[in-house]
Amino acid sequence: MSNLLEINNATLKFGGVVAVNDLTFSVEEGEVYAIVGPNGAGKSTVFNLISRFYNPYAGSITFDGHNLLDCNADSVADLGIARTFQNIELFDHATVLQNLLVGRHRHRKTNLVQEMLFTPKVRREEKRHREAVEEVIDFLDLQPYRDKMIAGLPYGVRKVVELGRALASGPRLLLLDEPASGLSVEETQDMRWWIDDIRKQMGITVLMVEHDMGLVSGVSDRVLALADGAKLAEGTPQQVQSDPAVIETYLGAGAA
Amino acid sequence: MEVVQLLVSGLANGCVYGLIALGFVLIYKATEQVNFAQGDFMMLGAFVCLGLTNAHYMGLPFWFAAPLAIAIMAVLGYLLDFFVLRHLFGQSQTAVVILTIALGFVIRFVAGVIWSHEPQTLESPLAVGDFNIGGVVLGMADIAVIVVTVLLTYFLYQFFQRTKLGLAMQAASQNQMAAYFMGIPVKRVQGMIWGLSGAVAAVAGILFASKGAIDPNAGLLGIKAFAAAVIGGFGSLPGALMGGLIVGVIEPFASRYFPAGYSQIAPYTLLLFVLVFRPHGLFSQVRIKKV
Amino acid sequence: MRIHFKTSYEHDIRLFPDWWSFFVYATLIVIAVALPWLMDDFFLGEVTNVLIWAIAGLGLMLLTGQTGQASLGHAAFLALGCYSCIIFMEQGWPFLIAFPAAGILTGVVGTIIAIPAIRLHGIYLAIATIALSILADDIIVLMEPITDGVSGKFAPMINIFGIEIERWTTPDRFYWLVLAVTILCTLAYRNLLRSPLGRAMAAVRDSEVSATAMGVHIARTKAASFGISCAITGLAGALMGFYAGAFNNETFSIVISITLLMMIVIGGLGSIHGAFFGAVVVAFLPQFLSMTKDLIGGSSVAIPGLETGVFGMILILFILFEPMGIYGRWMKIRIWFELFPFARKDMFKRQKSYLKTERLR
Repeated sequence: MSNLLEINNATLKFGGVVAVNDLTFSVEEGEVYAIVGPNGAGKSTVFNLISRFYNPYAGSITFDGHNLLDCNADSVADLGIARTFQNIELFDHATVLQNLLVGRHRHRKTNLVQEMLFTPKVRREEKRHREAVEEVIDFLDLQPYRDKMIAGLPYGVRKVVELGRALASGPRLLLLDEPASGLSVEETQDMRWWIDDIRKQMGITVLMVEHDMGLVSGVSDRVLALADGAKLAEGTPQQVQSDPAVIETYLGAGAA
Repeated sequence: MEVVQLLVSGLANGCVYGLIALGFVLIYKATEQVNFAQGDFMMLGAFVCLGLTNAHYMGLPFWFAAPLAIAIMAVLGYLLDFFVLRHLFGQSQTAVVILTIALGFVIRFVAGVIWSHEPQTLESPLAVGDFNIGGVVLGMADIAVIVVTVLLTYFLYQFFQRTKLGLAMQAASQNQMAAYFMGIPVKRVQGMIWGLSGAVAAVAGILFASKGAIDPNAGLLGIKAFAAAVIGGFGSLPGALMGGLIVGVIEPFASRYFPAGYSQIAPYTLLLFVLVFRPHGLFSQVRIKKV
Repeated sequence: MRIHFKTSYEHDIRLFPDWWSFFVYATLIVIAVALPWLMDDFFLGEVTNVLIWAIAGLGLMLLTGQTGQASLGHAAFLALGCYSCIIFMEQGWPFLIAFPAAGILTGVVGTIIAIPAIRLHGIYLAIATIALSILADDIIVLMEPITDGVSGKFAPMINIFGIEIERWTTPDRFYWLVLAVTILCTLAYRNLLRSPLGRAMAAVRDSEVSATAMGVHIARTKAASFGISCAITGLAGALMGFYAGAFNNETFSIVISITLLMMIVIGGLGSIHGAFFGAVVVAFLPQFLSMTKDLIGGSSVAIPGLETGVFGMILILFILFEPMGIYGRWMKIRIWFELFPFARKDMFKRQKSYLKTERLR
């Protein structure tokens, strides 16, 4: 299996604080790769680097052979990378359907003038977008919420909509930032099955940041443990969980 | 010599702008709301004092009327927050902006009804006469403006940095929920800052009205003061003063050296320049933090 | 809610979700077209004014309501549209060319202004647009050779294929012209709302970060929004010039900018209906006030600033008690009736958001 995403020697500093310290790892195509670590370890920062919200001080990031550092934040979606956000960043004053349709933005083939006139091409494209989004709605069982405004929805549903929006863009790599945070036990189970299906049925590679070790060990192929922005351990969930350095960071020395 | 004269008279005007800008920044620093009616507050403060001390109205002695006017404006500011702005608690900034603009219209209308639209001068002992210091003419009112402004800025700066209330206000503006958790009575703090801002506006108004005539439309000065606050860096008290001085000084120079008509666009052109190239002003308060 | 039994995606894409709303709007348009035969010239003129303000409101609504960029300077674009249309016509261009050209020119200028404005958010954008409006006022006076400065200009006669249209002598033709432009602009706006660009604008309004992550080009979307918004506003400005007959820099002062923004907030931010409701308030307020003054018996007393003062009061009341504007209140009433007796008390409770400083990013 080839490496879909490669991060080599990435370093990022904020003033005097080193957020990401000479980090190297890669994600193979078709796998579910989890990043774990205590708060402040730099996990979300890695995501923000991939999403190109930050520029690394040093190092390289390659996606499917393309140098990601050449891209702007708004071109990342075009390459086939989609993400969710830790603190849900949905469009509050729109319906679920409209949120999901924005996920299709990278597949837009019509221009401003055509849209203002609503030519037949725009109409056809709208149907096409709608069909694609309906598949995501089917997959995530969002039918009852289709026309509801985000502002009135419960937290658990919003997290699913956020996932749906990312899926709607038809990515090859899906970045999930704490997909289970704030979810109940049942909702986390659902999330686990969905992530599994995403990998198996859709063939999408998943890179996720997560704290819920149950979810991580249940669904990931490989795990990366980060602490203070640097790699602490890497391997299968079992290997990482029994790694002495990891145990020391989480539970303190003497617990190994 | 002429340059110094222009500079000095510009400074005096600049201090008025600076005081109004100070009022903006006070509220912004404590609540991140922007009070577009600050200029009209100033006008109202001036008129309240005028209404108390001018022989035409109540004829009270100035040194009694002025503090009374300041107190009235402070109370008005607090009440405004209590009755109107608290309802907007938790809403977006834009709502407050639009509300305060509308408030400005209403205040202007009310002032016109109470005190008429005629330009009137405040009968204040500050308008005694001019001093001639080495060839530069300076009115007593101008000196008063400069002195009071500098003192007020210094005290307010110390207030925010040193006193418990000042720190509480800063906390409330940076993260309301956290401030609540720390036991800070956020809504009451907000009310107090509006009261303080009203008082500062009243001071600005009294000083401004001592220099010349005012009418209810004087509040439109607020827009220039706004430009001053932005140029100095929204959220910085010394910045507000600096911004005010810059705008105040540019005006007479532009008037003197540019053809007529170009001088009045000078402050706004400068504002647009600053917004495009250094949007957070000279004393920028925005810092990047690690996410 | 009206239950819609949908059998195809076409249902959600088309303009009218059911035959009932199609019928309602069709009737509205029929009445609107027939208005010159139903009303006298004076009221027809008033309705024309409402429509012109509605077009201007639509322009600002696209930028502020849909894309979230508050502009307190749109009077500058009203002025640009007006002056450019009249000046083009003075060069001998026929109306049918000068009018769209004025719109396009204003749109292009709007897009250019958008470039620096893209980096400005919230309060800074508001201040910049205020400065823009004030500057426009002064620049019109400075460019006296072209704009006749403070003396102003007169709107020439409109001539479309030999038919003469003028506000005072042919009020019905002028009304139909304005009505046609209104319908076209509304259609264009609605088309945008149901297309990817409209959704992208809403995305920019609600969350720039995730919009970027979804592939929305923030700068391009804002520029498009500015462009279209200014173009529509420019057209409204030109119509304003024809309506007023004579205009100068004061016709398009900063007060007009602020009135426009207040108008769409009162009407209902983010909706097409909002522009129309707000326009009704702005256009009919002077009449309403003078009628009230007659009733109270103070019709001889001229109270300067009364209109803006009352307008300000109305806005304050709306922001405090009905921030969703007239349209919002109408929707709530309608839904209450539709759901009767199942309407819940807190159905429209707003999510409170606690302030988190934007000075630390």
